[in-house]
Formats: sequence, C-alpha cells, structure tokens
Amino acid sequence: MSEKIADTTAEPMKPPVRNVGVYGWLRENLFNNWFNSLLTLLILYGLWQTCVPLIRWAFIDSLWFSSAEACRDIDGACWSIIPNNVSFIFFGFFPDGQQWRPLLAMLLLFALVFYSKDRKHWKRSLGVYWLLGLIVMGTLMHGGVFGLPVVETDQWSGFPLTLMLALFGMVFAYPLGVLLALGRQSRMAGIKTLCVVYIELIRGVPLISLLFMSSVMFPLFLPEGLSIDKVLRAQVAIILFTAAYIAEVVRGGLQAIPKGQYEAADSLGLGYGKTMRLIILPQALKIVIPPSVGVLISAFKDTSLVVIIALYDVLTTTKVTLSNPDWMGYSREAYLFLALLYFVCCYAMSSYSRKLEKELHTGH
Amino acid sequence: MLFQVVVLLLALSIGYALFSNTQANLERQSIATGFGFLQNEAGFEIGEPAIDYSAADSYGRALLVGALNTLKVSFVGIVFTLLLGTIVGIARLSHNWLVSRLSGVFIEVMQNIPILLQLFFWYALFYEAFPSPRQALNPLQGVFLCNRGLIFGVPAEHPAHSAMLIALLLGMLGWWLLVRRGHKIQDRTGRILPMHRIGMVLSLLLPLLVWLFAGAPTAMDIPSLQGFNFAGGVTVSPEFSALLIGLVLYTSAFVAEIVRAGIQSVSRGQVEAAMSIGLRPGQVLRLVILPQALRVIIPPLTSQMLNLTKNSSLAIAIGYSDFVSVANTTINQTGQAIEGVALIMLVYLFFSLSTSVFMNWYNKKMMLVER
Amino acid sequence: MRFTKMMALVAAITLLSSGLAFAGKDLDTVRKKGFIQAGVNGAVFGFGMPDAKGVWKGLDVDTARAIAAAIFGDASKVKFTPLTAQQRFTALQSGEIDLLTRNATRTLSRETQLGLNFVTVNYYDGQGFLVSKKLGVKSAKELDGATVCVLPGTTTEQNAADYFRSNNMKWKPVVIENTTELAKTFFAGRCDVLTSDASQLAGTRAVAPNPKEYAILPEIISKEPLAPAVRHGDDQFMDIVDFSVLAMINAEELGITSQNVDSMLKSKDPVIQRFLGVTAGNGKALGLDEKWAYNIIKQVGNYGEVFERNVGVNTTLGIERGLNALWTDGGLMYSPPFK
Repeated sequence: MSEKIADTTAEPMKPPVRNVGVYGWLRENLFNNWFNSLLTLLILYGLWQTCVPLIRWAFIDSLWFSSAEACRDIDGACWSIIPNNVSFIFFGFFPDGQQWRPLLAMLLLFALVFYSKDRKHWKRSLGVYWLLGLIVMGTLMHGGVFGLPVVETDQWSGFPLTLMLALFGMVFAYPLGVLLALGRQSRMAGIKTLCVVYIELIRGVPLISLLFMSSVMFPLFLPEGLSIDKVLRAQVAIILFTAAYIAEVVRGGLQAIPKGQYEAADSLGLGYGKTMRLIILPQALKIVIPPSVGVLISAFKDTSLVVIIALYDVLTTTKVTLSNPDWMGYSREAYLFLALLYFVCCYAMSSYSRKLEKELHTGH
Repeated sequence: MLFQVVVLLLALSIGYALFSNTQANLERQSIATGFGFLQNEAGFEIGEPAIDYSAADSYGRALLVGALNTLKVSFVGIVFTLLLGTIVGIARLSHNWLVSRLSGVFIEVMQNIPILLQLFFWYALFYEAFPSPRQALNPLQGVFLCNRGLIFGVPAEHPAHSAMLIALLLGMLGWWLLVRRGHKIQDRTGRILPMHRIGMVLSLLLPLLVWLFAGAPTAMDIPSLQGFNFAGGVTVSPEFSALLIGLVLYTSAFVAEIVRAGIQSVSRGQVEAAMSIGLRPGQVLRLVILPQALRVIIPPLTSQMLNLTKNSSLAIAIGYSDFVSVANTTINQTGQAIEGVALIMLVYLFFSLSTSVFMNWYNKKMMLVER
Repeated sequence: MRFTKMMALVAAITLLSSGLAFAGKDLDTVRKKGFIQAGVNGAVFGFGMPDAKGVWKGLDVDTARAIAAAIFGDASKVKFTPLTAQQRFTALQSGEIDLLTRNATRTLSRETQLGLNFVTVNYYDGQGFLVSKKLGVKSAKELDGATVCVLPGTTTEQNAADYFRSNNMKWKPVVIENTTELAKTFFAGRCDVLTSDASQLAGTRAVAPNPKEYAILPEIISKEPLAPAVRHGDDQFMDIVDFSVLAMINAEELGITSQNVDSMLKSKDPVIQRFLGVTAGNGKALGLDEKWAYNIIKQVGNYGEVFERNVGVNTTLGIERGLNALWTDGGLMYSPPFK
C-alpha cells in the first residue's frame, strides 16, 4: 500500500513524444488510421498536381500591369485587364473626372458599415448617422449642389449600382418581410390568405421572371403616360422577391417563441402591437439572425442577375470590358477578380453574422 | 375586422386598377392578346431539343421542348447535387484535418460567389480553353472533348435495348418485392436475409440475359468528324455542361451544410447506444443515424432542390434553351409579353408545388418510420 | 413620434413620385419630359454603341438625335436605353422608351400584332453569314451540319431556320441573347458560322481579335429593311419621326449638308426655302418649329454625312452605300416632296 502512495508523488510521466507537437498533430489529424493516411496522401498528390500549375499560371507566368499586346505572348494569367479597365468596371458610365464621387460615396458606405459593426454603437444616433450618410452619398452621386455637375441616374453604373441595389434591397425587404410574416401568422383569415398567396407565389418563381416582369411587362400595367424608372423597377422587384424569403425566415422565428410568452403578454394587458413590438419580435428576430443574413447574402448575390435585363451593374461592365477586342479572351481573369470581390463582401457578412450569433446567444 | 376589410378592398382595387390599365393599354396599341398564338408555327430552331422538334412546329411544342429541357437539366442537376453535397457534407465532419478543411473551403467559396458569375466562368472556360473539333482532345477511345462539348460513343440502336430496359425495370420491381418480403420474414422470425444483394444481382442479371439472348449486339455508334462537327454518338453541349456544373457546384455547397447539420443533430448517445447493442458501422448509419438525420435534412433540402430548378432559368444567359429562354423568344416574336411571363410563372409554380407535394408526402413517410 | 412618422411618409412619397412621370399622348409626354427616350442596340459598332468615354455613337443613335433636333431644336435632348433583342418591342409597347432606333426589321406581324408603327427605312440590310477562313467555306450552300451562332428573337433566327430548311441542310443553333457575348463565343470557335444582318457582320468582324481571318459569305438570304419604330396611337408623333428621317434623305438629294446649311438659308430655290423653313408651312403642319429641318441638318447632318461618319468606307466598317445610296445613284433612298 505505502509504495503505491509514494508513486503519486513521483514526477508525472510525460505523454509519449508521438502524441504531442507537430508529429502528434499530424498523427492525430492526418494519419490516424490506414484509410485516413491513404486519403491524406491522395489529396496531397491531387493538390500538388493542381496547385502548382495554377500558381504558375496565376503568379509566376502572369502579367499584372501591362498592355494587351504584351499579354498575347505569355502563357500565364493576364491580370492587366483589371488595372487597365478599372474605372469602367467599377464606375461604368459615370463621367470621367467625376469618378472620385462614387468612390468617396462607397468609402463612406464602408465606413458606416464598419462603424455599425460594433454593438456598442447600436443606438438611436446610429440611425441618424445612416440617414445623414445616405443623404451625403446621394448628393455625391447626383450632384447639382456645391458646384458638382449633375449626373443623371442612368449614368450610375458599375459597383455603386450593385451596392445600391443590394443595400436598398435589404433595407426595404426586411420590414416588409416581417410584416408579411406577421400577416401569415395573423388570426384574420383574409390577411392570412393574402400573405400566404403572396409568399408562395413569389417563392415559387425564379427572380429573373420577376425582373422580366419589371422590365418588360410592368409598364403595361400602369395607366397611359405613367412610367417608372428602369432601375427603380428592378430595385422594387428585388425588394419584393427578398421580402418573401425574409418572411419565411421570420415565420420560423415566430413559431419558435413559446406560447407562454404570448399568454404572459396578454395577461399583462398588452395589445397586439405592443406584444409584438416589445415581447415577441425582439426574441424572434434574434433567433433568426443567421438565416436572415443568409437571405441578405443571397439578395446581394442576386443583384448580379440584372445583367439579364441590361442594367450596367459591376458584372455587366465587366462583360462589356471583355467584349472589347483588345481584352477578348481573358474572361477567366476578369471573372476570378469579380468572384473575389463578391466573395470578400459575402464572406464578411457571413462571418459577422456568426460572431453576432455568438454574442447574442443568451442561453434560451 | 374593419382593418381586414380595408386591406382586402385595397388589394382588390389595386388588382383591378392594374388589370383595367393593362386592358386599356393593350386595346389602345392594338397588341394581340390570348393564347391563340400557341398553335402558330414557331419558325425558330432549338439547339438541343429533348424531343423531336423543328422550326415548322408550333409555339406550343417549342415551349414544351423548353420545359422538358428545364426538367432535364434540373433532374440531372439534382441527382449530382445530392451525391456531391452528401460527400462534401460528410467530408466536412471527417477526422482528417485536410479533408474537412478542404470541404470547408469549397463550401465557403461556392456559397459566396453569385451563381450567374459562376455560370459565365464555366461557360467561358469551356469555349476559351477547349480546342476546336478538328483538334479535339481524345482522352479515351470514342470520347472527344472540344469547344462543341463532350462527345462520346454509345451502343448503336438495337431492338434489344428496349427489351433490356424492361428487364431492368422488372428486376428492380423484383428487388423491391424481395426487400419487402425480407422485412416480413425478419419481423416474423428475426432472421435477416441478404435481400438487397439478391435483388441487386437480379436487376443486373435480367438485362444481361436479355442481351445475351438477343445475340449480344456490340455495335457501337462512335462519333466521327464529318464536315464541321462530330456526327454520331451523343453530344453534351458546352451550354448544358456549363449550366450543369455551375448549378451542381453552387447548390451542393448548400446541401453539404444541410447534411452536416443533419448528421450533427443526431446525438452521440444514439450512436453509442447503437454500437453497444452490436450494430455494425454500416447498420448504425443506415438504421440509426440516417432516419433521424433525414428528418432534419429533408425540409431544407427540398427548398435547395427548388432553388436549383429556379436557378436553371439562368440558362438564358449562357444560351441553353430552357423554358425561360424559349418563352422569351416567343414573347419577342409574338409580342405577347403578358401571356409569356404568365406562362413562365405558371410553369415554375407547377414545378415548385408538385415538388413540395412530393416532398411533403416523403417527409410524412419518414416521420412514420420514426415511430 | 407621430411627426417623424409623417415625415417618413412624406419622404417616401416624394422619393417614389420622383421616379414617376405623367403625360397624355406620346408627343406631349416627350415634350413635357424635355427629352426623347430612345431604345438603341448598345452593342453594335457603327449603329449604336457607347465609345470608351461612354458617348453614344452610330447611325441609329444619330437618327434618334435628328428626331430630338426636330422636336426640341437640340440634338442632345435624347437619352439612350440599351436594349436586348428580346426586350426591345416590349420596351416600346410599354412606354419605357418613346422611340426604337435599334436596327429592327419592319415586318407585317410586328406592325400588326405587336402594335408598332415603323417609319421610313434608315438602312436597307440583308442577312449574311460570317465564317472563319480556316474552314475553307466559299458558299452558304456548303454549311450543311454547321453550328450557327444566332441572336434569339430576331428575324435572323427565323430566316436562318427557313434557309436551312429550304436547302435541306442540317444545322445546330447556339442562341445567346447578348450581341457581344454572341460575337465573343463565335470568335472563340464555339460556332462555325455567325449569322446576322450583313451590316452587323461587318461590325462584328471589325472588332474581331484578327479581322483578316474572317470572311462574309456572298449569299444574302433575306431582305432586312431596318427602320425606326413608334407605338400605335399617336399619329402626329409618328409623322414627326417619319419626316425627320426623310428630311435627312431629302437634304442629301438637295445637296444640303451641315457645312453649307447656313448659306443654303439664303438660297433662292423655293424647294429649299420651304424645306429649311424660310418659307413657313411645313413646321406648322407637323406641329414643330419652322426651323426643324434646319436644326436636323445643322446639328446632325444629312443622310449621306451620317452614313459616312458611322459606317461608310472610311470607317472601320467600310460599308459601301449600295442599296442605301440615293435613288439617283441607283440606291433605294427616296424622299417624297416636302410641301
């Protein structure tokens, strides 16, 4: 007995060297049985086979700042298409020499987004900042004051148009979606039917059919002589489309709220409006943050479909650049660049939503 | 109540106003209305019709071809998406660091790039990177890869083929009956018979027997370069391939996340319990994990399948003649935008609703199995 | 709270209504707006395409400018909407644009079922085939089995179907609804043949990476009278559009150019005096300023000038006048008397 007690005071034994450090990590994560080892080796071989030529193509044999002629003689990527056409790709028809205006507006937008990231700043003043920011951005884009020449909306194109369609799409679709979700859960049969029909109808058809409707059919619905701007119509189509998806997400949140919450609110004597505004929606909307960010990211990506109805968003301007005889044939480079642009925006949104989800998780 | 009436009246009056405006506009500009145009001669060709079609056929038939093309790409797309999505989803949970990281990267990249951009990319890759038919790549005998698509040989037409198809169907019916019988025997006696294996052999053996009986025809329809293009064999066009690849990669990233979440939703205790009563890993997956995970997986999976079908309408951007593309040409030639857009919406609503009905039925069935 | 809500409502309504525009007839609409909204191609060099600075250039673009000059006395009072082949007619029907100058072919069904009115032809075209010289094809009759790039929803698409059918040849269409995308696909070798109006083929070949490798086949398989179009329902507006095009042709017949139009004002010729509005009458009849024709010629030029500037032999396109020469030179351009 006594010997065994003495044992416990001895130096603790170190884990065997093959379980710690780089070696241990490799063993644990890559080679823990014969199947995984085989898989690892196969994948490493595959990566070697694909990545080496890819890196050669993209970085070693490539040209970054050259003329189109110089690109004809190389095997690698011709990234020069981007710097040579950057102003048209990003700003489209916005007049030469005025392009600092959309650039500044975009920077302002990013600054606002960055500022709003911090939850400490979520106060009434944030709304005021956004309102001010939007006014400043609108003034910058449109001009007409402070000696800025007027730039008509039909010249707003490229990345600012993409951002504009996405931003207003999200901002207006969210409240509309919440209203629709409330309508769908409502006890009033008429309203409920209306909302159900709307949601199912919109979710049943592809976005481009709505965009077609907005671009070719909708004007026929209006009284003679009345017409609405083409961009505005596309914007409305995106809002209406996104709202239906938001509505379904929010409905999920509403259904997840226990009945007791409604009953408790009722017993406090709160009316429908107050119950929803103070009790139900704050909880429901919190639950649905991750899926609604998913919908918003989709909305951002979907703005690219306006290329089909000939609006000059950033995808269209890229395609126009690609039809320039000098730069024909470098689609891969241009599309990869654009893919990176979209990826950065969408990835930032989704990782922020994951962070927010963690922060807001209060344990019920 | 009053509120409700007001809202409904408002909706009705907006609807009526739009309708009467439209009516007035059409009248004023003497634009033709009605669906009479469906019987008129279409006068345009379709690239890869799923059924016989020529420019002399009617608009109605052209639209039918478009709808079938949409169904074709959606169906093939869904099958591949389910396969790839499941593999990536399981790989995401792999204990192999490299495998799980790689599938994570795949999911993030595919989810965060617009599908339309991906389609343009794949299409451009097809026609810019592949050689012309005269310099076609020939990786395997009878298989050619060029900027006209993937062309491969198929067995030459033979009456035995339809008989073999029937034999295959019969074999699968037999398989299904055998499995049912097997379950009954297991319920009664507890004995497990290898009915799946027998069934599989049966459904392979039957067509093989028919083939041998028909004199084992081996003639192949090998594509060969004639004039401008390959003649013979089967051609998968770059438009179809680009659309298919784009849709499958994009959607399978979402499916993978759904599959991962579904598997993770099954608690570890279930797996441990199943193992402790002596089930083999395959059985654990088939009998314990899958039935429970599928319950979580199916509803979001349905909406991803519908998304894929709806996204297939982007075919119009890369020249695959799907329903939207044919309908658009029709609208352009007849000038009947309202009828055309209404048809587009109706067809997609029909696809959506029928898929939902089927999936709801399947979902209910899964629920019952759970007991 | 109530106040802010009211403000928000007011703001929303102002925002919405700023995008709206009311008016009656097409001409009144246009006058009230202060500009013409013209639908153009946006991707065909020489007819309607923005240059590197985003300035619109082309024969169709100049035609629209001429109409603006007639109505407003200012050729810059026109805005351009780029439209795909599939959007163009609905855009006109629906009132999104007031005028379509987008190399559209006049046909019976478009005039009747689509509710459009085409005016005088501003370019006589015909459909042809563009092929790579590498194929060694000399005639369209050798195109059996070819893959053909074609724009969907055009008369071209139907003509091609008819042509191959009547010559008993097989073909495979590749339809992409964007002109530039279609050309790009063709240059990359996705199709053996690109078929379109001969003028467009010349434009497409001009922007090819290596124009010398492509040839236009001799066969012209169709008649394509390309004309501006307006909606049914406003005859006065249609007359203005029609006579604006005719005025450019008439000016060429009379030998009036943008250079000499000012000195022509002093001409003793009663025909020229009437035409340029020195003798009043034509303007009043159309409901325009008497100077309308003068403004067109002064600001845009006569038909010959516009043709040579955009598509003529000295441009990249290098197209001969051919059918588009004046009737006196063996072409089809002919103007009725301006009286």
